[in-house]
Amino acid sequence: MSVEYKTTFASIDNYNKGGVQMVSGNIKDYVFSNVYEVAANAAPYERIVVAKNLVYTLESCRAEGESPWYTCAHDEFAIAFDYDVEVHFIKMDDTSFIDDEKDGSFRLDGKPAGQYMGKITLNRGHQALLPEKVAYCFKAEKPATLVLQAILGDESNEKWNEICLT
Amino acid sequence: MTNLTAVVNNEQTGYQNFSAGSFTFRRDEYFAYIDYPDGEHVMPIDAFLKALMRDIAWGFFYGSVNFDDVFGTTNHYGNVDMFIGSMNEEYVNNGKDFMENFPSEELMEVFQAMLSDWTIEGFDPFAAPQETGTAWGPKNGNNDEAISRTRQVAQRMIGIPGDTEIRSDKTGYTVNRHFKDVDQSQPVVDAEPGFEDQIHGFNLWAHLSRSDVTWNPSIVSICKQSLLCPTTEEFILPVEHGNDRVEWFVQVSDEIIWDIKDGKSSKPRASLVMRAGDVACMPADIRHQGYSPKRSMLIVWENGSPEIMEKIKDGTVPRVGVEF
Repeated sequence: MSVEYKTTFASIDNYNKGGVQMVSGNIKDYVFSNVYEVAANAAPYERIVVAKNLVYTLESCRAEGESPWYTCAHDEFAIAFDYDVEVHFIKMDDTSFIDDEKDGSFRLDGKPAGQYMGKITLNRGHQALLPEKVAYCFKAEKPATLVLQAILGDESNEKWNEICLT
Repeated sequence: MTNLTAVVNNEQTGYQNFSAGSFTFRRDEYFAYIDYPDGEHVMPIDAFLKALMRDIAWGFFYGSVNFDDVFGTTNHYGNVDMFIGSMNEEYVNNGKDFMENFPSEELMEVFQAMLSDWTIEGFDPFAAPQETGTAWGPKNGNNDEAISRTRQVAQRMIGIPGDTEIRSDKTGYTVNRHFKDVDQSQPVVDAEPGFEDQIHGFNLWAHLSRSDVTWNPSIVSICKQSLLCPTTEEFILPVEHGNDRVEWFVQVSDEIIWDIKDGKSSKPRASLVMRAGDVACMPADIRHQGYSPKRSMLIVWENGSPEIMEKIKDGTVPRVGVEF
């Protein structure tokens, strides 16, 4: 018999979180959360750390409306986990203010001066490079979930007690 | 003393024996026999070959690769322990455990030769059970093409000019039977003239839907030492992976059940059910084995920092991902 398989994804407005059955130990050891639930309860463009390994992070971010402009001394990556998100890029005229040693993205004071490089429109499962020392902003018509591969920085928020199973 | 060693007739089956230090490996039509100075351990040959495939593909991986509750390897990054019972409380408490250390390259050569000789035509130890023939029976050719697949490793990001290619029909990666419904569209990139090579995106879910292996992460993007290692999973992770550092999982699609045991004693600790969007961290003192009822997409997120290696060596590596 031929079977048509259905792949189950989820979204900020439709997710079915799993969980942990404990035998021994502490459930907090597993730091268990859900990126959609975190984004659903976040403010627009608030970046909440859902995974952390030394300074490295994965961050869940609720995309909604237009974000501030950001930049970063190193590459970052964004994955659209459910709905459409645009990423706009500007090659800044002046990048001398970026500290090469500073980890993580930070917010710019408005739209920076420079050349507009273009945009990528991400749909579910699409991943974009956020190149080092390039300014970027996100736009989303309706709430969407982004997961960022990043490094702990000014924009990173840690709310483990609020987001994890305890 | 009675000789309890199984009789294996290589003249009849056509397979070779392999040795590493005090260990000897033999196979017959159904089983692998691991002989060591104090005895013999037996495993079904399909389970043994699937575990051996991962141990080779992962370069002995991080921490321990337990082929089952008794036999496995522990990576010390340059040298590797091969053990019987060292991660099993009963073996250790009764003094029945045995371990021998090898230079990694030396043991890898033995493992690769054994996998090549013992994997017969039609059996792919990387594949899900419904996608391959069986490992049973006498020697019948080989499947070196399947077992020599190496994992794809991006230098910066998959698909960037000069980096690892995106999987496609053209590059020989067709959509897996379980992922026929996964959208294959690529992101729309509207680059201004002169910036075409500087703006980049690709469909990661489509890329994953074309994975031709199970339980074998590739690397799609690198942020300094942060490695995004997605993979597709079906049926059972063929090993119990014993962590020597924390390891994070993000479930992208469908569902995986993780059986968690104590890393040293193998006593049960927990069971995790991970569904789309769930994030969980494997502590550094456990072993885990996953069960994926349908082929699913999973992001394994690793930290390749040399600092982690130093922390493992001096015993300061964090046991859990986050303390809160």
